[in-house]
Parts: sequence; structure tokens; C-alpha cells
Amino acid sequence: MTIMLTITTINAMLDYDFMRNAFAAAGVAAVVSGLVGYFLVLRGQTFAGHALGHIGFAGATGAVLIGVPSVWGMVGFTVAAGIGMGLMGERVSGRDVAIGVVLALSLGFGLLFLHYYTAFAAQATSLLFGNVLAVDPAMIATLIGLALITLAALAAIMRPLIFASLQPELAEANGVPLRFVSTAFLAIVALAVSESAQIVGILLVFSLMVGPPATAQRLVTGLWSGIVLSGGIALAEAWVGIALAYHTDWPVSFCISMLSAVAYFASRGWLPRRSPAPRAIVAEEEKPWTH
Amino acid sequence: MNVIEFDHATIRIGGHVILADTSLAIKHGEFIGVLGPNGAGKTTLMRAILGLLRPSTGSISVFGRTPRRGDAAIGYVPQVRTVMPDLRVRGFDFIASSVRGDRWGPPMLSRADRKMIDDSLAAVGARDLAERPLSDMSGGERQRLLLAQAVLGEPRLLLLDEPLISLDQRYQETIIELVGRFARDRNITVLFSAHELNQLIGALDRVLYLGNGRAALGTVAEVVTAPVLSQLYGADIDVVHADGHIFVLSRGRDVERSDHLHDDHAHDHDHQRHA
Repeated sequence: MTIMLTITTINAMLDYDFMRNAFAAAGVAAVVSGLVGYFLVLRGQTFAGHALGHIGFAGATGAVLIGVPSVWGMVGFTVAAGIGMGLMGERVSGRDVAIGVVLALSLGFGLLFLHYYTAFAAQATSLLFGNVLAVDPAMIATLIGLALITLAALAAIMRPLIFASLQPELAEANGVPLRFVSTAFLAIVALAVSESAQIVGILLVFSLMVGPPATAQRLVTGLWSGIVLSGGIALAEAWVGIALAYHTDWPVSFCISMLSAVAYFASRGWLPRRSPAPRAIVAEEEKPWTH
Repeated sequence: MNVIEFDHATIRIGGHVILADTSLAIKHGEFIGVLGPNGAGKTTLMRAILGLLRPSTGSISVFGRTPRRGDAAIGYVPQVRTVMPDLRVRGFDFIASSVRGDRWGPPMLSRADRKMIDDSLAAVGARDLAERPLSDMSGGERQRLLLAQAVLGEPRLLLLDEPLISLDQRYQETIIELVGRFARDRNITVLFSAHELNQLIGALDRVLYLGNGRAALGTVAEVVTAPVLSQLYGADIDVVHADGHIFVLSRGRDVERSDHLHDDHAHDHDHQRHA
């Protein structure tokens, strides 16, 4: 009975072209975000991902100003910025501040571009917060194309990326080109951010790129299981978010960001905090080696 | 047979001479304690042996040839410069990341790879760490995991850069004991850098003392003497033997102890907060 009702509801939802488009676009972007985001969280570079979204805002508004589709302005700007950040290197201490300054500057530029193209103001909201219900088939094709490029590039650098993320000193000793790997990775993040921003907007990129991988890493500790689960959670949150929006008439991006937050905090509560107990167990095991 | 040979090697980093005109030879199966003040070049020495730095003059040879990156015959535990972040990755996958980690493409492990990782975990008594995430491990457990990583694929030379740092006393003894036994059983050459000599005395064959761009290699009795160390530290050094321990003193202060930064408490709090 419940199942029949659910199927009927889903069928009714999928009767609409814009809903089918929304599910397709969100599905593609969510999977890419979840997979790329896993490495972003693993490397502790979530702030860089956030900054790339803001830089994309300047790119998107600037592109429209000169008559180029906003998605390409976004892709161009974020990829260039990602490569720039990568080349700046691993000087973590000064980098967060530099990123913060560039992030604010980018939003400022975005505002300037909007100022000169007033007719575009309505679209500013959809850039900032996403508008997945307005996605057309051409955009879906673009998203799929970008997704294939992003995932192919990620697969190509995956092994050295994991090595360099977990053990940078040893990776360097084994001949992994750290600078190249981290730069290539940030370019990949830029592509994923551009995709994710088409669905949830640049301000809520975190809900697909950080929430699902962080949740997955709380739940499982295997590398592959974490990667797959992260993509799965992102997909589930995107789709359930759209369905929820359909029924409640709340904005899709709100629903996705809420699900993302709920899942993350639930996963934190799921596993009880480790007490100092493991140390005591280790002390027992230590004995054969001591004397 | 000499595993490592330095022949009048000079190593510079950014114009600074770290090792000047150094010649030394380390024999197969020796356990060498690498000591010296902070910044004396212990890490630089290891990086040169790994082929990451080339001497500006002179030559270095490892296993009879010029060192090259990624030599499978060398197991390396780098000094952990930064406190590891909240890594929610299990020990097995942490080690697995280094298996052909320099090749492109997605990581795939063969059955033989898995067995090799299991074997190295077993060899250092770290099987219990395979399924646990790094974020839940104590400093000593992480160090043991790194050791398992270093002995992956049965290397013939182990370079351990400050593996005792930020460990409490008991864990330090455990690691030394573990490395000593492992190296003896398999007849492996070990370079083990540390801040304090006394803990290593029972395990080491010879010491390599670095300081002031110079190096002194020999037995404890030969090297740990006031004249030799005074030259290396560039200060008046007294060597005091007491109670089976050796204290290296400068104007009455124990130079080794004052060097040693016990940051394990801060580390542990950090670890608890993230867990």
C-alpha cells in the first residue's frame, strides 16, 4: 500500500519535464561532488573548495557581462584559480589568509559585474543559491560532459593523490610530483565546484562537496568504501532533497543543505566517542615487546 | 660490504652547508644511532641517502650505486613534521597507499600486495591496527604503523627519522626494542635518528654524531667524548658517565634533554578532541 503510494507519487513527480531534468542534473553533479569531495575532506582542503565557489561567482557574472554562458565563465575562472592555488604551494600557514582575501575580492568583482548588467540581477540569486528546477537538456549534456572529464582526471591521478594526501613526505621520497598532483587536484575540484554550483549554488557547494564525504568518513574507514559511500550519500541527498522540495515547496537547495547537515550530525552521533579505553588495551599488547 | 658510503660529500641547502666534506662508511647489518643537535642535518643526511638531495661535491653511494628515488630496498619513516589531521582512514589503507603510489591511475591491490601488507603489519605486531582509523590511534600506534609501512616489501636498509619524537618513555623503549629485534632477525642495516643517546645505547652498534657541518662515526666510546662533541657542537661539552648513562653537558646543562621537545601532551589533547 505504502509502496504503491510512493510509486504513484514518484510517477506524478516525473511527469514533469523540469522534474526529470532536475533529477538528472542533480544526480550527475552530486555523484561528482561526492567523489571529488571525498579527497577534498581527506586532504583537509575544504576551505579551498569553498573559495573556488566564490571565485566562480565572479567568473559566472563576468562571463554573462561579455555574452558568454555563465557556466563557462565559472569553469574558466575556477579552474584558473585552482591551478593558481596549487602553484602557490603547500605553505599552509599563509595560504588560508590569502584564500580568504581572494574569496572576498571575487565576490566583490561579481557584484561589480552585476552592477554593469542590471538585467542579470534576478539570475544572481540562482547563481548564489542554485536553481535546479530551471535546468534544460543542454545544461544536462554540459554537466555530463564535465562530469566525464572530471572523473577521468580524478581516476588518472588517484593513486599518487591518495599517497600524497596520506603521507606527503614518503610520497615525495618515492618520486611523486607533489606540486603537480596538488595542482591537478585543485583543477579537478574547480570542475566539481562548477558542477555542484549549477545545482545548489555557489554558497551551498559545501552541502554536496563536504557534507556527504564527511558523513561517509564517519561511517566507514575503508578508502574505497568511503569513496563509494560518499558518492552514494551525495546522490541520495540530492534526490531526496528535490523530492522533499517538490512536496513542501521549499527551495531545493535548502532541502539538500538540510539533509546534508542532518546526515553529518547524525553520523557523528552514530558512533560513540572513543573513550581512552583503546590505550589500556594497547598497553596489554605492548608487554611482549618490553621486557 | 658497505651499504652506505660518503666520499668527501658536501651537501648544501639554499647556500648553507649542512654537511661539509664528509666521508664515512656504514657496513651491512649495522644499527647506527644518528644523533646531534636540532638542525645538525639528521634529516638532510637521510634525504641524501634516499636520493632526494645530491651532494654538491664528492659522492654518495648506497648499495654500491648513486641513490635514486623510490628504491624499494630502502624503508623510510619520515619525521612527522605536522600533527596528522583527523584521518578517518584505516591502517591497512594507509599503508596500501604507498604500494606503487607513484604510478598513475586508480589504486588496485593484487592478492600478493594484500599479503605483503598483512605480513609487514604482523612483523611489527601491528595487525590490530589494520582496521582502525588513524584518528583513533595513539602516537605510539601511529609510529608502529609507520614502521610497518617502512618494512613493506622487506627492505635491506631502514631509515628512521626521529621515530621517538612525541612518544612517552615506555613507547620509546618499545619502538627501539622492536626495530632492534627486527633488524637483527633479518640482518638489516638501520639508521635511527634520535635526540637522546641513552635509550639507544643498548641497541646500537655505532653512533653517527652530526653537528657544525661535520660528522663523526664510531663506537660510543670513540665518538661520545668531550673533544669530539665539543667540535661538533661548537661549544665546550662535558661528557659525564653515571650509573650506566651518558650525559652530554654544556655548561652544566644537559644539551640533549633541553633539545627534546615533549609535545606529546598537546598532541594527545588534539587527538582526543577530534576523536
